[in-house]
Amino acid sequence: MILTLWSSSAAVFAADRELATAVSIVGCWLLLAAAGMARPQNIRFVARLLFPLGAVASVALFCVAGGFLLSGRTPETMTIALGLPDLPFHLRLDALSAFFLMVLGLAGAGISTFAAGYFRSGEGTAPGLLGLHYHIFMASMALVMLADDAYLFLVAWETMALASYFLVTSQHRMAEIRRAGFLYLLMAHIGAVAILLGFGVMQGGGWQFTFDAMRGAALTPLRATLAFTLAMAGFGAKAGVAPAHVWLPEAHPAAPSPVSALMSGLMLKTAIYGLLRVTFDLLHVRFWQWGLAALVLGLFSGLFGAIFAAVQTDMKRLLAYSSIENVGLIVAAIGLAILFAASRMPLFAALALAAALLHVLNHSLFKSMLFLTTGSVMHATKQRSLGKLGGLIHSMPWIAAFALVATLAIAGLPPLNGFVSEWLLLQAFLFTPRLPQPFVNMLVPLGAAAMALTVALAAYVMVKFYGIVFLGRPREAALKEAHRSNWLERVGLAWLAAGCLAIGVEPQLALHAVGGVTGMLVGQTVAASPSAWRIAPIAPEQASYSGWIFLATILCVFAIAYLAVRLLTHGRARRSPPWDCGYPWQDARMQDTAEGFGQPIRLFFGSFFWMQVHLPSPADEKPSYRVHIEDRFWRALYRPVAAGVQRAADAVSFLQSGRLAIYLLFSFLTLLVLLVFAL
Amino acid sequence: MLESALVVELLKLLAAGMLLVSFAMLATRRIQRLISLFAWQGAILFLSTLLVAHDAGLTELYFSAALTLALKVVALPLILHKLVRRLDAQQDSERLVHIPATMLAGLVLVILAFGLAQPISQLATTILRHTIGVALAVILLSFLMMITRRKAVSQVIGFLAMENGLFFAATSATYGMPMVIELGIALDLLVAVYILGIFFFQIREQFDSLDLHHMESLKEE
Repeated sequence: MILTLWSSSAAVFAADRELATAVSIVGCWLLLAAAGMARPQNIRFVARLLFPLGAVASVALFCVAGGFLLSGRTPETMTIALGLPDLPFHLRLDALSAFFLMVLGLAGAGISTFAAGYFRSGEGTAPGLLGLHYHIFMASMALVMLADDAYLFLVAWETMALASYFLVTSQHRMAEIRRAGFLYLLMAHIGAVAILLGFGVMQGGGWQFTFDAMRGAALTPLRATLAFTLAMAGFGAKAGVAPAHVWLPEAHPAAPSPVSALMSGLMLKTAIYGLLRVTFDLLHVRFWQWGLAALVLGLFSGLFGAIFAAVQTDMKRLLAYSSIENVGLIVAAIGLAILFAASRMPLFAALALAAALLHVLNHSLFKSMLFLTTGSVMHATKQRSLGKLGGLIHSMPWIAAFALVATLAIAGLPPLNGFVSEWLLLQAFLFTPRLPQPFVNMLVPLGAAAMALTVALAAYVMVKFYGIVFLGRPREAALKEAHRSNWLERVGLAWLAAGCLAIGVEPQLALHAVGGVTGMLVGQTVAASPSAWRIAPIAPEQASYSGWIFLATILCVFAIAYLAVRLLTHGRARRSPPWDCGYPWQDARMQDTAEGFGQPIRLFFGSFFWMQVHLPSPADEKPSYRVHIEDRFWRALYRPVAAGVQRAADAVSFLQSGRLAIYLLFSFLTLLVLLVFAL
Repeated sequence: MLESALVVELLKLLAAGMLLVSFAMLATRRIQRLISLFAWQGAILFLSTLLVAHDAGLTELYFSAALTLALKVVALPLILHKLVRRLDAQQDSERLVHIPATMLAGLVLVILAFGLAQPISQLATTILRHTIGVALAVILLSFLMMITRRKAVSQVIGFLAMENGLFFAATSATYGMPMVIELGIALDLLVAVYILGIFFFQIREQFDSLDLHHMESLKEE
């Protein structure tokens, strides 16, 4: 309330209208959050009124941030006298924050619209509370991107973590959901501590915590490297970069689907934002070793995520691992950008950075879509396990169509958006000219190979996801009665799908927007497009891409095939069970399963997993097959740490006798000792 | 107009009374008598604050005195009496940890408190500077009372008595704390008693008794 009033008054008196508008949108979200508490049990009021209003605010944010970015204006700043006395909040809108705000607005609008149709009463937390947490979550993400001092940044960052924690545990009556929430909160806090320390290192001795002061601080190389390491650790934990990825596969399945979409599509991106802000804006130097470290970490988590996604049997766990993979690719691209920027090759740095930013945008669209479609599937079938789904394309045609768009996009197929960013990233890898470090020069093509493998595996994962859920025959009898999604869900998905298609077919606009950011961060934009219908990031004679050609070809082929089938068969077409292969006695249980699909990957990359396989013996009366797969990091890293903490806690637990008198005695003796010392 | 010397003697007398009440609280078994003693302690505090206010001519201290009267002599004892009646705990008597031993420990604490107060008294310029030791002793004795008690209500009374000691120390050393802080503490006390009252009911509901040793079972293994 106060915030909106303040910002509207600021809008009148100050010239910086875009920033003021963005702040008032944040205020709007907070108002919507509070409004939900007026009638917390009324699902119609909260879901059908407040969530669509939140979506309208998101669209407004998208327009404002996009307009700011495309007009290429100078940064706007603002100071709000909130928070602690003598420590006002500094806000700033520049190209980097505008780009991420645009992503937030674009994907947030679709997700909020979907959520309006998705949430129903009687599922865990009261709708009003859900609306409260949801809109505070949105507002805090926007504030993270607008913050111009470490204080506001961390306040918003922690608000974001807390709001999302309550969203994750909205069905808190289930013990495993509470456990998942705890793990998430723990990792979020460890990350936040690293970020806090990072800001402490970056203030450079002046104890000034505005970002402006940090930009001006002259750090020694050692301090700068320490700051980068802490930022990488802190933001990496939030983004899900291996080995700090363990919370993602637990928290995403626990959360309601729109929340998973928000967390995976947008919250992980705030961590990417933070990493970019610290590395390219706040720190005045960059060393190529940092780039190499980020590149290796990113590629490892990319490959790791893709391999693990391939063997999952739970829809949302699969998508969570796929998020790890995508974030890995983004971090790898950022690493490449640091490498080039440190080697004074701004054009290639801009190319890698553009790939990273575009992938941020794209991932927020298609991963949100995938999570949302799993939400619809779960509502319709009450199933999350891939082994019990199948054939949903018949009962849920709309959802199947949207899921197809998202799957093709995330698999990196033209003419959709996933292709553009992955293609750009591959360009950045392949057109690496002579880097000054020969060793790195040899390593980068290897990275390209790893990236190609990751992307191919991701496509494999998506074939598995779509094929098992939507194609084939229903694996359970109940699936035939799966009910349809409601119209708000479809509108939300259509908005996101339109975004996927638009960026894929016409990437110039997105590249132009990205250009503003790369211009700000590395002082260079990717080369102008040779013509309106195609892009060529380096030079037209080297490589160029046109979504229109792909779209036209696909449409033509599709039309020809459709017409050919219609004309040539003369209505003699008949429907038969899919994947029948002419084998007459095949039933739904004989179809390829999710485990079966993942089996080759499990075999090839066996050393990645900690596996327990139970095979039936030939003489078994009731044969059963079970495979249990675990992350090696649990055993290698997390359990020893947890055991160490436990041991340390046990060692001091004798202090906890349970008797109040003893506890009082502790305070009493402390008091006496202190008094005697004071003497 | 009273003579200053007479005021000092009166104040010393009151301080001695306060110490006596503290010892009495340490040795009382009955909860209702404990509450009455607490009210008496408040009354002595009120009188001494009034005397200091009169002598130093500080209007602020008059307010403090009024606050003490309203809160510690009237409101809190009333609330506690009502609470005890509602909890049916009038007849509760406690098994204490060997009263003579407690008294001896209390004596040691008083000596320690006077020793500790010596350097502070030399710095202070107030009329009450000789009674800082008494104030400190009251704090420590109340703390000792909290340690030796096992019933929830008497623990709360111990906590409140400790605050009385703090207040006395503040008036002795520096003519009271700033008004804002005093008001804040008064409010805190009210809220604390309120919340602790709720806790009493919860504890009784859980364990069918207000004896705190039942809470030992809450410890995690």
